Amino acid sequence: MTDSSPTIASALFDWNSPRMRGRFVARHKADRRLQIYGLTAIGTAVLLIAILIGSLVASGYHSFVQTHVSFEVFVDPSKVSADAPEKGNYRNIVRDSFTAAFPDATSPRDKRALTDILTADAPYIIRDRVVADPSLIGRRFEITMPVSDPFDQFEKGVIPRDVPEEQRKVSDKQIVWFDALVAQDRITTPFNTGLFLNADSRFPELAGLAGAIVGSFYALLVCFLISFPVGIAAAVYLEEFARKGRWSDILEVNINNLAAVPSVVFGLLGLAVFLNFFGMPRSTPLVGGMVLSLMTLPTIIIATRAALKAVPPSIREAALGIGASKHQVILHHVLPLAMPGILTGTIIGMAQALGETAPLLLIGMNAFITSPPGGVLESATALPTQIFIWADSPERGFVARTSAAILVLIGFLIAMNLVAVVMRKRFERRW
Amino acid sequence: MSDATQIAASAPAPVATAESPQPTAVAPGTGAAAIKILARDVNVFYGDKHALKHVDLDINEHQVTALIGPSGCGKSTFLRCLNRMNDVIDGCRVVGSIKLDKADIYDTSLDVVQLRARVGMVFQKPNPFPKSIYDNVAYGPRIHGIAHNKADLDEIVHRSLERAGLIKEVHDRLDSPGTGLSGGQQQRLCIARAIAVNPEVILMDEPCSALDPIATARIEELIDELRENFTIVIVTHSMQQAARVSQRTAFFHLGDLVEVGDTEQIFTNPKDGRTQGYITGRFG
Amino acid sequence: MVDQHIVRQFDEELDELRATIAQMGGLVEQQVVDAMAAIARRDDLLARRCQEADVEIDAMEDKVEALTLRMLALRQPVALDLRAILAALKIAHNLERMGDYAKNVAKRASALAHLPEVGAVNGIVRMGRLTHGIIKDVLDAYAEPNVDKAVTAWTRDQEIDQMYNSLFRELLTYMMEDPRNITACTHLLFVAKNIERIGDHATNIAETVYFQEKGTRLQGMRPKGDRTSYAVVTPPEADEAS
Repeated sequence: MTDSSPTIASALFDWNSPRMRGRFVARHKADRRLQIYGLTAIGTAVLLIAILIGSLVASGYHSFVQTHVSFEVFVDPSKVSADAPEKGNYRNIVRDSFTAAFPDATSPRDKRALTDILTADAPYIIRDRVVADPSLIGRRFEITMPVSDPFDQFEKGVIPRDVPEEQRKVSDKQIVWFDALVAQDRITTPFNTGLFLNADSRFPELAGLAGAIVGSFYALLVCFLISFPVGIAAAVYLEEFARKGRWSDILEVNINNLAAVPSVVFGLLGLAVFLNFFGMPRSTPLVGGMVLSLMTLPTIIIATRAALKAVPPSIREAALGIGASKHQVILHHVLPLAMPGILTGTIIGMAQALGETAPLLLIGMNAFITSPPGGVLESATALPTQIFIWADSPERGFVARTSAAILVLIGFLIAMNLVAVVMRKRFERRW
Repeated sequence: MSDATQIAASAPAPVATAESPQPTAVAPGTGAAAIKILARDVNVFYGDKHALKHVDLDINEHQVTALIGPSGCGKSTFLRCLNRMNDVIDGCRVVGSIKLDKADIYDTSLDVVQLRARVGMVFQKPNPFPKSIYDNVAYGPRIHGIAHNKADLDEIVHRSLERAGLIKEVHDRLDSPGTGLSGGQQQRLCIARAIAVNPEVILMDEPCSALDPIATARIEELIDELRENFTIVIVTHSMQQAARVSQRTAFFHLGDLVEVGDTEQIFTNPKDGRTQGYITGRFG
Repeated sequence: MVDQHIVRQFDEELDELRATIAQMGGLVEQQVVDAMAAIARRDDLLARRCQEADVEIDAMEDKVEALTLRMLALRQPVALDLRAILAALKIAHNLERMGDYAKNVAKRASALAHLPEVGAVNGIVRMGRLTHGIIKDVLDAYAEPNVDKAVTAWTRDQEIDQMYNSLFRELLTYMMEDPRNITACTHLLFVAKNIERIGDHATNIAETVYFQEKGTRLQGMRPKGDRTSYAVVTPPEADEAS
């Protein structure tokens, strides 16, 4: 016991005895242990997420670029007539134009093999250009279009060169022609805007998420329009008007349970009631939205009730004391103050609805459609169901695109949750 | 005979009659005040708990009546009966008669919303709406339709802020949020908000308990000024505040109204031993 | 009040106040007794001691005043406590005046010791004894406290006044009888007046005790029996003079 150490003088208690010092050390050690447990837990969680995202990125990053080839097209007037441009023999035009650069492809088989480098949609692409601008008939123009999926995979290194020819989709001859195109600087790999702008297609090189994104958007719109007002009104009634008693308790338990019901059950419900009983059109965002709204409703009700409860009673009392009637208190004071919490809950509910697959599958929103839906009553897919469809397809291109689509979906979810978090922070009030 | 009586009358009487016969005379200066609120046999139950027992109390017009008593004695409960704020509490039952200007306020034909405009309330913790200062004061007149146009509303807001002693401090920032003011200013804003609907009675539930002494003093001064135009009932924990601010004081204890009288009499010579014990700090 | 304050120190201060008054009262009582004894026994030494002792009484009044000031500032007393503190202040003042009058009596006792005896001294001594009784009763009434004792003492002031009346006349006749008595009788007149004033102050204390306990003033006016202001004594007839 040195004189210089600041001891807390006490006749009964010696803070500096070895026993007490030992206790302090043990307690600090326990603090450290708790910290380490927490860090370990967080580390594990982050690691798992990193593995998930990492594997998705690894398998899907290819899809964000698409190999294109550029070549000169000669629109032979003998194959196309000016008064019916859509009826021309564009297949021949494509074949002739493309093979013109390769004099050693003479036999029809070779020409077909060479043309296989291009996307199968090539004739239609040319046709659309000529129909849009008939003055191109008889002229030459440069066009850039995607290559077919095997060559896209080959260029990206997914299909290796060094396996025997029987084990790959591209033949040696085709590789030679392809390398020639590369040497001529005709092969480019720009960002795959088609992934976001094209609808689904049989051909992976042309397949995109546009249809799914629009379909999801319409479904979410319907879901929002139904569940937001109904949810808020229900929550306001339960919180403000319903008399507290056995019935309101039962109701509360049921609503909480509804939030835990597996989503597939809602799908079955939608199938049985909306599609079979009411005869509504299958695969439409309308029905999809209605089913999703059933699932989002409990979330919004619970979030709204929590937000309403969080409004301090002093505001209600102040409004009541001034002579406001009940509905004025709710509309003028409670709801505006609860709105940030309500919106946060709604956004989170919407984000959940965006990712729901099972109910949409059951009501048929996995239709194969090649153009984005124009309205809520047209057949459509949604992002999660599109992923489901692509995951089933055998082409290599779809493998990568499935992962890419998952990443896009996750991106949307993160963005929506981020908006919710930012909103919550901005509007958080300290009473 | 008449001469004698004249002389007797003019002679200075040896026994003075300056002292009035009763020791506790009616407090000088109050005169006969009109009764604004008449409470008779008021009982309040929270479920089974009998919180307020057989309270008879008169609130005089244009006076400040203070309700004092230890915690849980029922004074706030009684205050909240006067504007039926107890209605919003589940399980609260009020029995008895409370008359505002001879009309029973618990009568079903009386509109609660209108009652609360006539009997305003200021709360313990200042609770301005999270709106601008202008909107805070204008809210009451708006929902009751008191103002006919914007100019009227401006005038009402201006006058209320002036009466509440706040106008000088906020006249140039009426659009800034009410919650940005200091505690004392917020409470004065709440008072302005209450008087904007031109009530007849203002109820105050410990209005200064969250404020510092200077802010408290300003509000007490304000209460004294408001007395001219309004009837005020104030619940307070501070006996000194009750002594400073009120003309009549009522002492509650364990749900009973123990004693009510002129403030001066209560604080110099209370009749009931429990009152004496409480105000001198012998129990609390 | 049976109950104690929640703040114990408040009670301690009130007790100190009461104790100081009691002490002061005891001193004053003793002063009165001593002063009267000095008159009766023509004891100059006692008279001088009595005069010196008055300083203590003044010091105690200062102490009471300081205590009441402190308690008023720090305790914000109301009701009973406020009345008790104000009562203590007033009673201390009355006791101080009584002490002063006793001192004056003692001064005159010194003078009287050097003058020829006068028969009226007996009357003065009786008056003094009566006054002492009232002082004792009043101080008891304060200490217990006992309102009835205070009221009883209050009414007995009349007796002192009556005694004063008769003493006044008696002394006047003595003076008219023999001019050599004038000096002594004049002193005795002042002594009687002082004792009567002591009695008045004791009555004030009784009224203050009543106010402290009841919170109201004693009803009516104090029955004043002092008629000396109107007293007219005519000299005895020439043939009665010896």
